[in-house]
Amino acid sequence: MNKVYENAEKAIFDVMDNATIMLGGFGLCGIPENLISALVKKGNTGLTCISNNAGVDNFGIGLLLKTKQVKKMISSYVGENAEFERQLLNNELEVELIPQGTLAERCRATGAGIPAFYTPSGVGTEVAEGKETRVFNGKKYLLEKAFDSDFAFIKAWKGDRMGNLIYKGTARNFNPMMATAGKITIAEVEHLVPNGELDPNQIHTPSIYVNRIFEGEKYEKRIEKITTQ
Amino acid sequence: MSLNKFQIAQRIANELKDGFYVNLGIGIPTLIANYIPKQISVVLQSENGLLGMGPFPSKENVDPDLINAGKETITTLDGSALFNSAESFGMIRGGRIDLTVLGAMEVSQSGDIANWKIPGKMVKGMGGAMDLVASAQNIIVAMMHTNKKGESKLLSQCTLPITGLKCVKKIVTNLAVMEISNNQFLLKERAPGVSIKEIINATEGKVVVPDHVPEMILN
Repeated sequence: MNKVYENAEKAIFDVMDNATIMLGGFGLCGIPENLISALVKKGNTGLTCISNNAGVDNFGIGLLLKTKQVKKMISSYVGENAEFERQLLNNELEVELIPQGTLAERCRATGAGIPAFYTPSGVGTEVAEGKETRVFNGKKYLLEKAFDSDFAFIKAWKGDRMGNLIYKGTARNFNPMMATAGKITIAEVEHLVPNGELDPNQIHTPSIYVNRIFEGEKYEKRIEKITTQ
Repeated sequence: MSLNKFQIAQRIANELKDGFYVNLGIGIPTLIANYIPKQISVVLQSENGLLGMGPFPSKENVDPDLINAGKETITTLDGSALFNSAESFGMIRGGRIDLTVLGAMEVSQSGDIANWKIPGKMVKGMGGAMDLVASAQNIIVAMMHTNKKGESKLLSQCTLPITGLKCVKKIVTNLAVMEISNNQFLLKERAPGVSIKEIINATEGKVVVPDHVPEMILN
């Protein structure tokens, strides 16, 4: 068994046009920056991207928007991106906005063999339009469905050659659920270590979910809002 | 005199109780963290995966892997915990958050809130707001009483796409503290020097005025 790839370009060799790809991260925190760069270079188009945010104009998923590789974005919050707004208002881009907790749970369900679940989030709003509802204990809930995702692009802090992953700080966010949900899950890590170096007690994502792993060439880790005391 | 946004935050800080787990939204709600009474301890939740949000870091301690839901750099505290987004919204939907404070564009007299979309103008998304309002036991809205055009934000019915139905319990504005009661705005307190008439004039929805409406106390 070898899951280790030399770099991002090699790890995404079979990504095809019109693929659906989950991308971890919250804002620019914990995004798979090397995989995104490689995808820009590879140039696949017609992509559906499932990610909490859409990056900023010149970083993160914003880079894929600039090159018009994205056909559809599925996100919870897409502010902070002028190019995104322009494409949306010109009908160049499809967007599905869903509550953040529902996004997280849909990713989790996808990986956990649960086709659909009921949630209170979005009841009585635009989000509920066309969706099945049901009352439990006097409260109304919406039926939300799992995703179907060809790839999941994940960023972790440390990983071993087996594919076990550990995240750092709030860079964890959507990465663990998405890691379970890709038909092919590709993880980039800041530190790729030999098997045995990570404490099994501390693993966040067990190796079974990770198909490919590589150490990112460099990490810019751009910060959206630097706030200090 | 009507309150500024810092004073609105200061007034809402009086609602905090020792041991509360609290989620503060972006904008005025974030400022509340600066006014938490010293004698109590509350735990701030940041829905991107942190319980026990600390203050902004010093310059040398800025960590790109540690941000809040507003994407600002922050710190952890002794006793903090980090987790993933599914777990974060699990604790929100599971009703574990004692108090949620959100900003809003409109609130209706039945407690509906609209704060995520202006059709044709602003398309940013709801983020975690719909999950928070769908499940929180105790929701306070922090906002200005009127919008930039001077129009009331406290309405008989929301005109913008709503974020949640019948969920707001209390509203603290630059003019007043109101509670939602029987599909009406029950006037509880007024900003220092602000008359009841001013508040009624600035409120499009139905206001109920009790015999005694005290001035707000800002600690």
